[in-house]
Amino acid sequence: MTHSTAAAASGTTEVVLEASGLTKHFPIRKRGRELLSRGTRGVHAVDDVDLVLRRGRVTALVGESGSGKSTVARLLAQLHPQTSGTLRLGGEEVVVKRGRAFRAYSKRVQMIFQDPFASLNPVHTVRYHLTRALKIHGRAGKTAQDLEQALTDLLTRVQLSPPERYLDKFPHELSGGQRQRVAIARALGADPEVLLADEPVSMLDVSIRLGVLNLLRDLKDRLLLAILYITHDIASARYFADETFVMYAGRVVEGGDSETVTQHPAHPYTQLLIDSAPDPDRPAAEDKDGGSGEPPSLIDPPRGCRFNPRCPFAMDICRTEVPPPFPLDDGPGHFAACWLYGEGAAG
Amino acid sequence: MSDAVLEIRGLNVDYGLGADAVHAVRDVNLTLHRGEVLGLAGESGSGKSTLAYGMTRLLPPPGVVASGEVLYHRDGGDPVDVLRMDHAQLRAFRWAETAIVFQGAMNSLNPVHRVSTQLTDVIKAHDPRSTTASRLARARELLALVGIAPDRLDSYPHQLSGGMRQRVMIGMALALEPRVVIMDEPTTALDVVVQRQILRQLVDLRERLGFSVVFITHDLSLLVEFSDRIAIMYGGRIVEEAAAADLYRDPLHPYSDGLLHSFPALRGPRRELTGIPGAPPDLRSMPSGCSFHPRCPRAMERCGVEVPVLGVPGDRRGSDRTVACWLHPVQDNRF
Ligand SMILES: Nc1ncnc2c1ncn2[C@@H]1O[C@H](COP(=O)(O)OP(=O)(O)OP(=O)(O)O)[C@@H](O)[C@H]1O
Ligand SMILES: Nc1ncnc2c1ncn2[C@@H]1O[C@H](COP(=O)(O)OP(=O)(O)O)[C@@H](O)[C@H]1O
Ligand code: SF4
Ligand code: SF4
Ligand SMILES: [Mg+2]
Ligand SMILES: [Mg+2]
Repeated sequence: MTHSTAAAASGTTEVVLEASGLTKHFPIRKRGRELLSRGTRGVHAVDDVDLVLRRGRVTALVGESGSGKSTVARLLAQLHPQTSGTLRLGGEEVVVKRGRAFRAYSKRVQMIFQDPFASLNPVHTVRYHLTRALKIHGRAGKTAQDLEQALTDLLTRVQLSPPERYLDKFPHELSGGQRQRVAIARALGADPEVLLADEPVSMLDVSIRLGVLNLLRDLKDRLLLAILYITHDIASARYFADETFVMYAGRVVEGGDSETVTQHPAHPYTQLLIDSAPDPDRPAAEDKDGGSGEPPSLIDPPRGCRFNPRCPFAMDICRTEVPPPFPLDDGPGHFAACWLYGEGAAG
Repeated sequence: MSDAVLEIRGLNVDYGLGADAVHAVRDVNLTLHRGEVLGLAGESGSGKSTLAYGMTRLLPPPGVVASGEVLYHRDGGDPVDVLRMDHAQLRAFRWAETAIVFQGAMNSLNPVHRVSTQLTDVIKAHDPRSTTASRLARARELLALVGIAPDRLDSYPHQLSGGMRQRVMIGMALALEPRVVIMDEPTTALDVVVQRQILRQLVDLRERLGFSVVFITHDLSLLVEFSDRIAIMYGGRIVEEAAAADLYRDPLHPYSDGLLHSFPALRGPRRELTGIPGAPPDLRSMPSGCSFHPRCPRAMERCGVEVPVLGVPGDRRGSDRTVACWLHPVQDNRF
């Protein structure tokens, strides 16, 4: 693959999509006495998230359910308007768009979803889904022959071969893994620069998950895609992603290259997440008691560090001030938003 | 090895009748011992839930037990076949002797009743003569057992998180001190952190209260950590059964081996993984011979023709593990 070697040689790190200060508060209806108060109550689903997706790299976003991962993906896909913060695609600021401009954006930034059953229309064939994607994004060519070639290429690219066998099948005639491959092919129909993959394998059977992840990695190498990989499985982030970011209760608490984040987690929450992941090799003695806490309410999140009610190291400052990301020097780009790493931290 | 509590013998469960029947569970033999955690792993559709419902007579139609027996060994008494119990016997058997926590159980709490009411109702149903005060005290005790503060007794289900609702369900299952607890993917919908908290509590309670657990999940790495023995299901059959540590160290069936190599590791060297090629079988058109043969990297000619029987393999004679694979033919069928 010439692409892949070129990428490797140049160590491609070109920024494709960049989010800064990305914030989303969902308004909620007021009840009873709250009706009298001013201001809106809201779910603080995502707060002040900075994220960079690079050409030819996989960036993982890891966190428990409800931590805001999908909301970040939907903001990056411009399916929700953000409450505040900016997005830059190829260096240019993205402004909230509708119609034609939204289509131009979504051609470059495509999303694939968790549920391959729900994301394909059961009454239409694979051919219909892919043709439609190619046409919307102006890639169906001029002749019927061009279209047929484009369809064949897409299916081959996601390793559904021979393509003729799959083109006229309906979604229910395909297995979960094959359906997810069709969903990926449809996204590739736009020839995007960015692929936002929201838990792309968590609904699939364990034995076929790796096949789909390996396919995505192969596509990243060949097409130099920037991939956002959302997962709650931190071991798969280590396996698949170059960089990993950890979210807790709407905020990014740690990030850096995947190996550093998983092997030397700095934030107490990342440490808890790693200690909790199933691991048959874990010596029984190391099975620490993770306490009995749970993620906080996002309607009225804790002041300061959102992890402070569960954190064994919480200090006074943690209960009042939000910790900014502090750079750490043990790995490329490694940082933790935790006062333990603040300048002159008392320890 | 400790005594048997439940012995499943030659169990077959179908959905539908006659020519249209789908054989969801086939020829299952499985023994649950006193005080053990038995893990049941397999891909979705492999028949795990059907087995759990079948052995407890909770199969929803069109499910039917086609053949087999499920022997329940009571303290002191003769074993009874659960599949032949009459209604009264069955009612006593459920809850009091066996309790089940279903897949997605946390959503099955009644939304309009307080947690306290739901717990005390279970106790009252089985002991109508108990007093209100004693039932409340017991409910408080049960919540404490599963790590929920007693001030949550008055909560409605929607006021609890998913993890707390799941704990309430487990508390409810333990209300009558059953001897067997069957859990079908009890923690799949939960976060890893909460999942681990609940599992640790369960294993802990098992030691204190002495019940046996059948733990069903597709997450084999979790089972290796938390169960004593593991049975692997594929296409409705049990294809391997062994002590958790043996299965992890030395899987004999290529499917078990493939499953174990489908989980990226959190520690140790990063290695390339492939998963298992192909897709799980369709019960309506099951492959001939060993149903894993179309996906098996080590399939031989005979694999597509003859069904391998589950038994102690000749190359592991004297061990307490069984496998159904032509790579490890059974020589001693007496196990
Ligand atoms: N009511 C039904 N009618 C027909 N077939 C059914 C019915 N319920 C289950 N089956 C089939 O029986 C097989 C076993 O299903 P079961 O629910 O036991 O699988 P499982 O291993 O528990 O899977 P999962 O992990 O998805 O829960 C599947 O092929 C399923 O499609
Ligand atoms: N449309 C919406 N309206 C109100 N709250 C929402 C909406 N979408 C998501 N949320 C809330 O935002 C938080 C983050 O949700 P989500 O991003 O879906 O989490 P994840 O993908 O990590 O499971 C949750 O508390 C969720 O309930
Ligand atoms: S900032 Fe404070 S409360 Fe938050 S993780 Fe760090 S030590 Fe714990
Ligand atoms: S019997 Fe044959 S096909 Fe089946 S698992 Fe063993 S080697 Fe593979
Ligand atoms: Mg989500
Ligand atoms: Mg099931």
